[in-house]
Amino acid sequence: MLAVLCLLWVFPTVGLLVSSFRSQDAINSSGWWTVFASPLDFSQWTLENYGEVLFGRGMANAFVNSFVVAVPATVIPILIATFAAYAFTFMRFPGRDTLFILVVALLVVPIQVALVPLLQFYGDVGLNGSFAAVWLAHAGFGMPLAIFILRTYMQTLPKSIIESAAVDGASHFTTFWRLIVPMSVPALAAFAIFQFLWVWNDLLVALLFIGAGANEVVTVNLAGLVGSQGQGWHLLTAAGFISMIVPLLVFISLQRYFVRGLTAGAVKG
Amino acid sequence: MATIQFDHATRHYPGAPRPSVDELNLDITDGEFLVLVGPSGCGKSTSLRMLAGLEEVDGGTIRIGEKDVTHLPPKERDIAMVFQNYALYPHMSVADNMGFALKIAGMNKADIRRRVEDAAKILDLTEYLDPKPKALSGGQRQRVAMGRAIVRNPRAFLMDEPLSNLDAKLRVQTRTQIAALQRRLGVTTVYVTHDQVEAMTMGDRVAVLKAGLLQQVDSPRNLYDQPANVFVAGFIGSPAMNIIEARLTEDGAVVGGHPVPIERGARGALGEEGAATATVGFRPESVELVGEGEGIPMEVVVVEELGSDAFAYGNLHVDGAAQTADSMVIARVDARRPPAKGDLVHLRIRAGEEHVFSPTTGERLH
Repeated sequence: MLAVLCLLWVFPTVGLLVSSFRSQDAINSSGWWTVFASPLDFSQWTLENYGEVLFGRGMANAFVNSFVVAVPATVIPILIATFAAYAFTFMRFPGRDTLFILVVALLVVPIQVALVPLLQFYGDVGLNGSFAAVWLAHAGFGMPLAIFILRTYMQTLPKSIIESAAVDGASHFTTFWRLIVPMSVPALAAFAIFQFLWVWNDLLVALLFIGAGANEVVTVNLAGLVGSQGQGWHLLTAAGFISMIVPLLVFISLQRYFVRGLTAGAVKG
Repeated sequence: MATIQFDHATRHYPGAPRPSVDELNLDITDGEFLVLVGPSGCGKSTSLRMLAGLEEVDGGTIRIGEKDVTHLPPKERDIAMVFQNYALYPHMSVADNMGFALKIAGMNKADIRRRVEDAAKILDLTEYLDPKPKALSGGQRQRVAMGRAIVRNPRAFLMDEPLSNLDAKLRVQTRTQIAALQRRLGVTTVYVTHDQVEAMTMGDRVAVLKAGLLQQVDSPRNLYDQPANVFVAGFIGSPAMNIIEARLTEDGAVVGGHPVPIERGARGALGEEGAATATVGFRPESVELVGEGEGIPMEVVVVEELGSDAFAYGNLHVDGAAQTADSMVIARVDARRPPAKGDLVHLRIRAGEEHVFSPTTGERLH
């Protein structure tokens, strides 16, 4: 039963995939399912669409740009949030709990609220159109979630391990770097996946702070293509799949981190 | 290797009605194996953690050697701790687990490796140095935790109920191994347990705690023969000592309708208190079965046959009728010819083997 449902779901996507390999004339003249009538006829497949989209319409460049945007936008919040989560969990300082509540409360703030002020601010410091603008924006918006996820996870780590490290002579930094971070990999991976996918698929922030042009990302490029191509299905399907491939790969390769426990064997029970 | 001193050490959690550890005074000599024992909530783990530096000290001082460590962080106390749930680092191999503290201290790799291998040899872990903790059994993980403590060559070992998570047979085995190891290494050890059998078999001295207060600290033999109060008397020894409130008459304390002679010093102390009753204690093995009229009558309810011993549980007879108390009286009987259920037996406490406690304070009078 589930298999049938899955097939139904995948159906349209398969259609798009097939169409991306067909020439424009073929798409306009017959439905995509006709390829199955003569599957071995290789003349009906073509890579021209991909070639055109990648090199003629600048998507190869946009592809690289998307990475340039997404990777730091994932790494920066992780770095900062991990330190912050450690401090919130294992260190005591005045105002700790209030500060944590404040940070988590920011989860409620929608990104749209900050867009205009940010734009003005970036204009004042001259960051508009640069990658740094997007990195900062995404890092800032991802921070509350990151801190929340990581701190909640760190609280579940067995206290006796931390105490054992203290008795062994570990400073806060050693405990952090050699124990907590390796033991927090599931939470780090989970957040990294969320953040990476969110940033990769994001159109609004990229469009606003970078815009179209040499620095544009895949989503912006695709949006532009839709605007100008309209009926050009051969190009749109190809572009769609190029933009889809990375999130798919990321998710498939890292999904085990959603369920794996890393502290197995460390403590009894 | 060092001496350890608790000097009026106190820990009082804010908002708690009484201190968790109340002015603990304990002097531990160099190389001694001291066991802290007591029921749950008595403050033994808290005392250990105060010594380790994992718990704040609200009053008094703690000294290791001649150094006052009361407010020093754990790493400056040069102690090693073995936790109840092992607390191994899950992402590191066994060898790395054992060498962690040394790596932090900046020792070079060759020396670390050598020390780890020496400790592994003592603990029979040499084949298990490469896998991660999750590949090991409970007993092996426990040994890794001990190995981690040994390689540091600390001034004291602190062990917090390390055997609680092992099955009964493994526990007995590991118990003797730990005791032998400590003897061999000669390191001052403070060991916390709730199991009085562990305390009695492993410790050079045993400190009994209850509700944050030290009841008695003495060798196992003295704790057994001369318990300082009713609590220690009932806690140490298995099966437990029989403790009975007995009415005082001229002939002695009347237990089950039969007078038990009380020695003069105790008699005098009871008189001074103006007590009408006395708390009399006798161990199951301190009684013999005698004829009717010569001893305390007891109606047998259950007989436990353990092979080498047999214990008869029963209710004392008062004025001809069995009196059910909260706990039954226990007597050790001949394993080959135990009494049957329902029999009426007569017990006589051997001279000098009775314990008399004050009914008001619970302190030992004789």
